[in-house]
Amino acid sequence: MIFPFVWNLMPGPVWMRVLLIVVLVTAIVAALFQWVFPWVSVTFDIQDQNIEAGA
Amino acid sequence: MTAPAQVPAQPGLPAGGGPRRGGARPSVGNRLLSLVGELLIIVGALVGLYVVWQLFYTDVVAEREQQHVLDELDWAYTGPISAGTDVPDESVIEPFAVRRSPETAPVMDEPSFATTFATIYVPRWGSDYVKPISEGTTRRDVLDTLGIGHYVGTGMPGAYGNFAISAHRTTYGKPFNRIAELQDGDALVVQTEEAWYVYRVTEHLIVRPNQVEVIAPNPYAAGAGPDGHYITLTTCHPMYSAAERYIVHGELEYWSPVGEGVPEEIQEEVQP
Repeated sequence: MIFPFVWNLMPGPVWMRVLLIVVLVTAIVAALFQWVFPWVSVTFDIQDQNIEAGA
Repeated sequence: MTAPAQVPAQPGLPAGGGPRRGGARPSVGNRLLSLVGELLIIVGALVGLYVVWQLFYTDVVAEREQQHVLDELDWAYTGPISAGTDVPDESVIEPFAVRRSPETAPVMDEPSFATTFATIYVPRWGSDYVKPISEGTTRRDVLDTLGIGHYVGTGMPGAYGNFAISAHRTTYGKPFNRIAELQDGDALVVQTEEAWYVYRVTEHLIVRPNQVEVIAPNPYAAGAGPDGHYITLTTCHPMYSAAERYIVHGELEYWSPVGEGVPEEIQEEVQP
């Protein structure tokens, strides 16, 4: 469903589709590392080392 | 992730794999099932990526940032910390600092949030261990980026009271990674622009996250006024968990003005 849809969305021959998908995946991973994961980690307080009242 | 295994069969051709109602298109149930499968694959990839990010990538970024912060501090001591291999010719080993009584220690004003105001040397963690200390203990602005954070409102280095700092034990450059190796009597050397402060570890304990008395001005008597020049290190415990806190207490042994020598503690090798 999703993967074939993305594959068909890409224009051009196979090599171009592969290249575009690699670029797309790289961009998604970069966005996750830069913004999404830091936000998740802080918001859900997965790691906390502070002493604080009411923790 | 890009495997085109699900490319729909060409219209008009019977799909290989037995008779199917409705021609070449898979049934609604099958399509739903493959959608669920694909979503599970994506979720699995996301979780895997998160682990890679948390365990490896945060170290790379934070260590670079903390080194950069250290390089920006023009007053931070950068001479040979260890008297070992790297000492250049025309040796610039500074004389040992003169020990001055804790009672006369200068105490700086608390700086603005996220300002780096001190460095810490811990010989037990290696003769090359030096990390910056910045104001505040929020995750995003201080601990995840600048490294060690100072609890707002607690004493500054040398204060009559309790100089309390916090840092990650794992990930984000993990400044306090080896906190469990500290032994009573180990030196914790703090440098500010003005002075060196040499603390000695007195005890370690494991507490619940809400036991704020460990960073109180007098960590030994809740509610009482300060009765010494303390330092407190806090970090998470056990490793990779937020269930408890690992605490190290220490007391100021002496101080010395910057420019009149370097405490001998940071030049000595500590045998493990």
